Amino acid sequence: MLFDDPVFGSRVLTIITLSFHVIYATIGVGVPLMIMIAHWVGIKKNDEHYILLAKRWARGFVVTVAVGVVTGTAMGLQLSLLWPNFMELAGNVIALPLFLEVFAFFFEAIFLGIYAYTWDRFEDRRKHFLLLIPVVLGAGASAVFITVVNSFMNSPQGFDIVNGQLVNLNPIAAMFTPAMPTKVSHVLATAYMTVAFLLASIAAFKLLKGSNHVYHKKSLYLTMKMGLIFSIAAALIGDLSGKYLAEYQPEKLAAAEWHFETEEGAPLLMYGILDGEGEVKYEIKIPYALSILASGSPTSEVIGLDQFPEEETPPLVIHYFFDVMVTIGMFMVVLSLVYWTGIKRKWPFVRSNWYRWLIVLGGPLSVIAIEAGWWMTEVGRQPWILNGIMTIEAAATSSDYVGLMVILFGGLYLILGIGTIVVLNRMFRKNPVELELEQQEAIKGGETA
Amino acid sequence: MSLEILGISVLWTFLFGYVILGSIDFGAGFFNAYSIITGKHHLITKIIQRYLSPVWEVTNVFFVFFFVGMVGFFPKTAFYYGSVLLVPASIALLLMIIRGSYYAFETYGSKGHKGYALMYGIAGLLIPASLSVVLAISEGGFISIIDGNPILDYRALFTSPLTWSIVVLSIVAVLYIAAVFLSWYANKAGDTAATNLMRKYALCWAFPLIIAAAGIIYELSSHNPGQFERILDLWWIFGLSFLLWIGTVWLVWKKKNYGLAVGLLIGQFALAFFAYGISLYPYLLYPYLTIYEGFTNEAMAISLVVVFILGLILLVPSIYLLLKLFLFDKDYVRGNRKNVKSNEKRGLS
Ligand code: HEM
Repeated sequence: MLFDDPVFGSRVLTIITLSFHVIYATIGVGVPLMIMIAHWVGIKKNDEHYILLAKRWARGFVVTVAVGVVTGTAMGLQLSLLWPNFMELAGNVIALPLFLEVFAFFFEAIFLGIYAYTWDRFEDRRKHFLLLIPVVLGAGASAVFITVVNSFMNSPQGFDIVNGQLVNLNPIAAMFTPAMPTKVSHVLATAYMTVAFLLASIAAFKLLKGSNHVYHKKSLYLTMKMGLIFSIAAALIGDLSGKYLAEYQPEKLAAAEWHFETEEGAPLLMYGILDGEGEVKYEIKIPYALSILASGSPTSEVIGLDQFPEEETPPLVIHYFFDVMVTIGMFMVVLSLVYWTGIKRKWPFVRSNWYRWLIVLGGPLSVIAIEAGWWMTEVGRQPWILNGIMTIEAAATSSDYVGLMVILFGGLYLILGIGTIVVLNRMFRKNPVELELEQQEAIKGGETA
Repeated sequence: MSLEILGISVLWTFLFGYVILGSIDFGAGFFNAYSIITGKHHLITKIIQRYLSPVWEVTNVFFVFFFVGMVGFFPKTAFYYGSVLLVPASIALLLMIIRGSYYAFETYGSKGHKGYALMYGIAGLLIPASLSVVLAISEGGFISIIDGNPILDYRALFTSPLTWSIVVLSIVAVLYIAAVFLSWYANKAGDTAATNLMRKYALCWAFPLIIAAAGIIYELSSHNPGQFERILDLWWIFGLSFLLWIGTVWLVWKKKNYGLAVGLLIGQFALAFFAYGISLYPYLLYPYLTIYEGFTNEAMAISLVVVFILGLILLVPSIYLLLKLFLFDKDYVRGNRKNVKSNEKRGLS
């Protein structure tokens, strides 16, 4: 399969690269905001712990950014290498946001370089803080522009095809597609949420591993609070994403919900399995919930898969991707809400070991939710690469060597994934917070003496 | 100027930017690795790292600009080059991934890890080699269109002396450009030992560079006579470029004015690079695709140009700031900044 079917090979390579890159991309979008918040709190409260938090996050960040940059380069170039026919069309219609993305990233990279190397070059700390603004904006804008391209693939517009020729091209209309508002905001909110929970994982882990330093407690509280805000945002926007799907890509929603018959007052199915005859078993049924997700009213009609020809039905496996994403989303809202309330109300169990272990788990779980979300979006668009206009069969390369590339890239990503963890781990273990705080004290003491 | 010419000029300029910045970047990485093997590590590593750390991601962006802009201005290139470049471009990508990641692992994470430094040094040198193959392909003669799909003849490509001369030139150019640049940078830092070493490398690679360049022109005379003719028509630009080369070598030889030497070096490559580009005109892929057939629609072209101008307005001051802080700041270059020291100790330089 992999070696003699370039279409299949291209799909595999694209999903591997996307799945790997999206971890670093998410970190790349979210961490600058968290650094900025910590740095700001540090200046406001005049609390060295928060400044050090920003410093240490930034130090780890430059490593992940590097891997993000190169895998992102791979992703961008692979689009042309694996889907040349699609990119020829896309180049004509949707090249603008791709171009914009490069500018946004450029902007971010320059100021990140400056920020990371100028910790002691400003007398006034607030000036150094200002350098973060272009970093956060650039990172956010990159995510926005790339998601704009993905939105275009889901709800293409801004051109017409007459006799096989592209006419009436409008690059601006192609950017502002119906999918764009929900997608862009969902991607941003989930990136901020995921990063907040990842950083919370680290803090909780440190607390579990014996360090009882207040530095970690402050970090945990701050990141859980951010996580709470953004996970609520993610869920609310996710609900709007469902409404977008019901209107513009009903086949994707129906496949995600195993919703076979068009009906009013449709229930939401969670989990379950499909038996041989197309019957759903062992599912959890939430009455009317699908109608509410689709249009906000419990009695509205939701289009089922019976309305679509079989060859245009997306793979039914996306049901599980959807379930995983939503379950994790809900779980994280509850986890962070209970934690936050618990700290305010002094419930002892939120400081217990088992609760901290749940928080440690929350970071990786959020990453899994990101992956599940992208798989749902991408696999759920099958068989189309450009919804309703071009199939993946028509878009793919005819090269014979895709299979080999899958192996090479897959192997390299594996090595890099492990490498990142090893390097980050070594970097922070060699230089623990306690030591760094002591050194800072020493320098301060030396300066005033 | 027509939009087509404007588009290709912008892209060619970005590619040139990548060639220069990338050469410094990859060459520096290689010299670093080489110095580890030969035990001269202590002489040059600090200088190299101080320059590279804040700048390398910017270098990478030039490359991304080039290929994204290419697909934007000339979407048909995606169709023609996309399929046939799968193998060479993927190899370049794999090398870039190794290079970027291990660079970061070594520099930010495990300072002084020799394995990592060797890995990124060697990967870096192979990147220009694999990318330059694309230039050879664009000369034509290696692609045929079968059933409407472009097919690359790997055998012809890899047995062609033209391909190998281009590969050799790219590697030699990387080493030469990096050596001249680092001589200047080390000299500015007041580091005599490093300056002398880099100067020696620069002089070593100066002659091979000219020989490799002449070799390509010679190969072209049989491979693509039409282009060879056009190169001869542009002889005066190449001649000027050659004079600048003499100027650089002379200054480096006499240990005089390294700053001017770098300026002449950039001029030399700019002239040769653009003259070569003009001699390819109007082809993007000889003889199948010209910039006129491959061009995008007008609406997209205009919006790309507008975004490009707006982008430059934003970026030029930012790049200026970056250069001011890290390239032209004497204290930073000399390692006198407080943070340079403490970062270097902590492994964050
Ligand atoms: C909790 C309730 C959530 C709901 C109702 C929800 C709903 C949706 C829907 C309907 C889509 C598909 C949009 C499309 O294909 O056009 C989607 C995509 C996605 N979801 Fe969620 N989601 C939720 C939570 C989360 C969480 C917690 C994460 C990650 C931390 C996440 C990450 C994503 C990602 C990355 C995508 C792909 C990008 C996109 O299409 O917007 N979602 N979500």
